[in-house]
Amino acid sequence: MRALRAIAIVAAFIAGLALFLVVLRYDAARAAAALVNGAFGSWYAFGSGTLVRATPLVLTGLAVAIAFRGGVFNVGAEGQFLMGATAATAVALYGPRINSAATVALCFFAGAVLGAIWAAIAALLRTRFHVLEVISTIMLNFTAIYLVSYLVRGPMQEPTHVYPQTASIPHAAELTRLPGGTRLHAGFLVALASAGVAWWMMRSTAAGFRLRVTGLNPDAASSAGRIDVRRVVFIAFAISGALAGLAGAIEVQGVTFALYENISPGYGYTAIAVALLARLDAALVVPAGILFGALEAGAAAMQRDAGVPSVVVSVVEAALILALLASRGIRHRFRETV
Amino acid sequence: MSALFAAFVASAIRTATPLGLAALGEVVVERAGIINISLEGVILCGAFGALLGSTYGGVVGGFVGAVVLGAAMTAVFAWFVVRLRADQIITGTALTILAMGVTGTLYRALYGTAGAALSIPTAGPLSIPGLSRIPVIGVGLFDEPAVTYAFYGSIFLLWWWMYRTLDGLGLRAVGESPAAARAAGIRVGRVRTLSLLFGGVMGGLAGGTLVLAQAGTFAEGMSAGRGFIAIAIVVLGRWHPVGVAIAALVFGAASAVQYLLQAAGLGLPYQLFLALPYVLTLLALAGVAGRTRAPASLAKVDEA
Repeated sequence: MRALRAIAIVAAFIAGLALFLVVLRYDAARAAAALVNGAFGSWYAFGSGTLVRATPLVLTGLAVAIAFRGGVFNVGAEGQFLMGATAATAVALYGPRINSAATVALCFFAGAVLGAIWAAIAALLRTRFHVLEVISTIMLNFTAIYLVSYLVRGPMQEPTHVYPQTASIPHAAELTRLPGGTRLHAGFLVALASAGVAWWMMRSTAAGFRLRVTGLNPDAASSAGRIDVRRVVFIAFAISGALAGLAGAIEVQGVTFALYENISPGYGYTAIAVALLARLDAALVVPAGILFGALEAGAAAMQRDAGVPSVVVSVVEAALILALLASRGIRHRFRETV
Repeated sequence: MSALFAAFVASAIRTATPLGLAALGEVVVERAGIINISLEGVILCGAFGALLGSTYGGVVGGFVGAVVLGAAMTAVFAWFVVRLRADQIITGTALTILAMGVTGTLYRALYGTAGAALSIPTAGPLSIPGLSRIPVIGVGLFDEPAVTYAFYGSIFLLWWWMYRTLDGLGLRAVGESPAAARAAGIRVGRVRTLSLLFGGVMGGLAGGTLVLAQAGTFAEGMSAGRGFIAIAIVVLGRWHPVGVAIAALVFGAASAVQYLLQAAGLGLPYQLFLALPYVLTLLALAGVAGRTRAPASLAKVDEA
């Protein structure tokens, strides 16, 4: 039954996209060919396109999944990603000159910490001031965008002051490429390991149990389980922000090697679709992230070869979430402001 | 100095009008117990509808297009939330993403990448005799496009409707206790659907205002978080139409401070001014949100 529903949903969203393109008088066949080729056409396309894009999506998808599980509606992964990218770039450029492994670790740490701090603002606003996190995290996303814009045109701009970006980070901070001749970097393994750890923690530790119980019913968690709900909410926010921040750090260290304004094509928002498609299960975030990575890579090829705007991916994402809602694939959450 | 202050007032009203329109719609929606997070998408669709409508029917056609697309968005939202009882926050987020994707794709498909240079007819200011002659504030308040007066008028109409009519009482009852309202013979689903359609009309008008009375063009993602700010304004205005209008005006004034600061020539980075509305929203919510009470059934799934 579940498999049937999944197939129906996938079929519906492929048909919907094709119809949308035909209505707009695009060459749907050519677009489809470009989409598939761009994502899976060759080993190189799969590694350099799909898996490279899947890396930030798996990490931000985990960030969203963990938060949602705890009843925390963190839609701020985008801003936390940007802050993580900023912190990693700053440490790589201005931090101590040490050996490569230590530099990489330090940049990861900086990215995760600043991402967590950015999320903690929303956590504080919710637990102390009863501010709905959907609003606060979106406001923090916009604030992060303009902060990055200021930094790459101001204090962190590259030395010639021509381009709105930072200087390239030193080689010591770059992630090594994985063997296979593609642009896939070690960050992908970090994403896989994070998913594994998150899955184990959610399933087999007391902290994971407290998180799930709080998400299901905070009142019951508090009265029957004697769980400090505020504390759980704060931790969920912090872990979520740290993962999104780590994603930002890895994007800089593995792909862009510099910070600039549009470093994220909306990974933080796509992450919501990834997490919901994975039914908030950390293990399933990996295939869901790869699926959306393929979609993003394919959409880039579609824009290049068939002239279809790549923003069409967000139509697919939204249609997918709505299809899941309509088929009751997403359970009702019990939500209360703490 | 008075010219500078007049510019300040005009800027405050310009910021407040679309936010106030959208927030007044959202007051009704939230008083019916629904939180429409997709208001951002509604405003964006309204803006796109204004672009489509104005290419056929000028300014009036533009506002018709804005209202129709805005209401269409909330009709979809209502179907998911009222009929299917889907989670309001997830549905709203998905619909906002959908609005971004659909308007972005359609805009590029219909107007090409050169669309940025596109200019469309705009609503000129309508000067109110007498009032617009008031020194300093007159021009800012009473020499405005007609839609600004629609904002002023809807504040009092809405107040009267919500607090002085039986239907308004029914609306507030649904938001506080759907079960009790149902027992009293009120059709809860119908009230909620109609409230959402009204919210769509107002959100659409807000988007139309951006295009037809302010920018004179459409840009991808031009709602720029206003839907979320409008939801925050509803909280700041304590779910009361007059309070919401005051909150929108205060917010407009606070955003307009940038004109005074820029005129002062302190050499502050422009990104600071761009980030100001979002930071202001966070600070204002932190100051107020804990001390107000939302409608009791807000964002809860009606299990009946």
